[in-house]
Amino acid sequence: MISKVEIEHVANLAKLKFDEKEIEDFTEKFSEIIGYVEKLQEVDTENVKATYQVNPNIQFMREDKVEEGFSNGEALSNAPDKQYGYFKLPKILD
Amino acid sequence: MAYKTIIGLEIHSELMTNSKIFCNCTTEFGGDVNTHCCPVCLGLPGALPVINKKVVEYGIKAGLAFNSKIARETKMDRKNYFYPDLVKGYQISQDDIPLCSGGFVEIEKKDGPKKIRIRRIHIEEDTGKSLHSEDGGSLLDYNRSGVPLIEIVTEPDMNSPEEAKEFLEKLKATLEYIEVSDVKMEEGSLRCDVNINVVDEDTGKKTSISELKNLNSFRAVVKALEYEEKRHISLLKEGKENLKETRRWDEVNNETIVMRIKEGAADYRYFPEPDLIKLEIEEEWIEDIKSNLPELPHDKKERFMKEYDLPEYDAGVLTQSKALAAFYEETVEYSKDPKQVSNWVMGDVLRRINDEELGIKDLKFTPKDLGDLLELIEEGKISNNIGKKVLRDMFDTGKSPNKIVKEKGLIQISDEGALKEIVEKVIEKNEQSVIDYKDGKDRALGFLVGQVMKETRGKANPQLANKLILEIIDEK
Repeated sequence: MISKVEIEHVANLAKLKFDEKEIEDFTEKFSEIIGYVEKLQEVDTENVKATYQVNPNIQFMREDKVEEGFSNGEALSNAPDKQYGYFKLPKILD
Repeated sequence: MAYKTIIGLEIHSELMTNSKIFCNCTTEFGGDVNTHCCPVCLGLPGALPVINKKVVEYGIKAGLAFNSKIARETKMDRKNYFYPDLVKGYQISQDDIPLCSGGFVEIEKKDGPKKIRIRRIHIEEDTGKSLHSEDGGSLLDYNRSGVPLIEIVTEPDMNSPEEAKEFLEKLKATLEYIEVSDVKMEEGSLRCDVNINVVDEDTGKKTSISELKNLNSFRAVVKALEYEEKRHISLLKEGKENLKETRRWDEVNNETIVMRIKEGAADYRYFPEPDLIKLEIEEEWIEDIKSNLPELPHDKKERFMKEYDLPEYDAGVLTQSKALAAFYEETVEYSKDPKQVSNWVMGDVLRRINDEELGIKDLKFTPKDLGDLLELIEEGKISNNIGKKVLRDMFDTGKSPNKIVKEKGLIQISDEGALKEIVEKVIEKNEQSVIDYKDGKDRALGFLVGQVMKETRGKANPQLANKLILEIIDEK
């Protein structure tokens, strides 16, 4: 149903690291969950419009007006590290 | 062997709204770092996006200008990936129901127009900007986070780097005309990624697609594509297989470098943005935007050819940018000869603008000034060459041509008596040329006229000088 490789791939995308035991555990659990959800495939959805949201309302759109936001100090007030007014992070690698 | 190059483009263009796509922060370029931010564009917990109506309007406007179909019902989606310039861990974009689908841009080819199809145009938010600090960390500025973008995706309909460039020029002009983006590549408000691969038409063998990033000028796009085209052809020739990958254009070494092996699209795990519900677009709204679309580059070009009797080439160059076209039209109001105006605008004016990377709005003189200058030439008050000098002065000082001509005493000497004296002097000094001319060397006449021009510092009326020289030589 779902392979170990797929679990590793998803973990990698989520930047999570697991040991061998955990991966095996997840593989089993994910297979169960997906197997359960796959039951939905049995439903005949011919002529049913795709539902991407259940909220029947229509999105409100705001006018294009500018308002003052945070000062630099406020913007950075939760930052663990900062430099020259920037948020400072460990080096980013492509 | 026949190789066919296949090129598709993805263009991101920042929209010229006042505020960001999901919050009221300003979109202004170049403010102090992290001063155009709020809980929404910093991705603080609990902050909710509210979509800017103008962004949807500009998206529709672009769609209409590119002949796309506008969705009557659409939605926003989350595109998930981790990168620090993306505060929330996802970008709010559009996946399966873009605001605009289909459409095309026509480019001119020698054998007629060619349609480059557009696959889709969608709206999304821009990311922040990162730079490296000297001690090895990364520094993040989120002023750009949440600035509205449209992403325009083409079908792979371009078959040469040149076609890609022409498409981009047309696209850029259109976005500028409809005033949805200021299309400044140097400020990053127009960005372009390209996909390229090559097919061996004899064997049907294809190379895997390379995606090129970091192309910050049309010149870079062309050079990178030319490089890749060659690289892909040699891969085919050598029978080598390549991987689908993202490459970066290295401007210093004129080559592309592998950045990463490309992730598949499914890895972004798109899903409908739960913080925004469906967007409904009324037919009336679309009609209203359509009826207010300005004249587009193609229509303007046709009109220029008809109204001003310009060759297609001139009309094409002049309508490349809205500002240039407006400058041309205004100048024509002050000068009688539209073709002459075109020659000057495309020649001396545009050359200087390009050399100095100026915009039309940076010019110190007005269309009226240029029109007046051309009239001075037309009326024979100054020569063409003096006119060019006056124009240079206008670029530098912004003074009116009449003032420059007066201050520098540049009025052409069209008075026979005054010019005759100078001509006589020149002939006296250059007897050999007179002999040469009589021996049938026509070039000697040109030399003598040149000497008269030199003597008068260009102010002599050249036709008159020519006539007088001949008269005097004949008398001898």
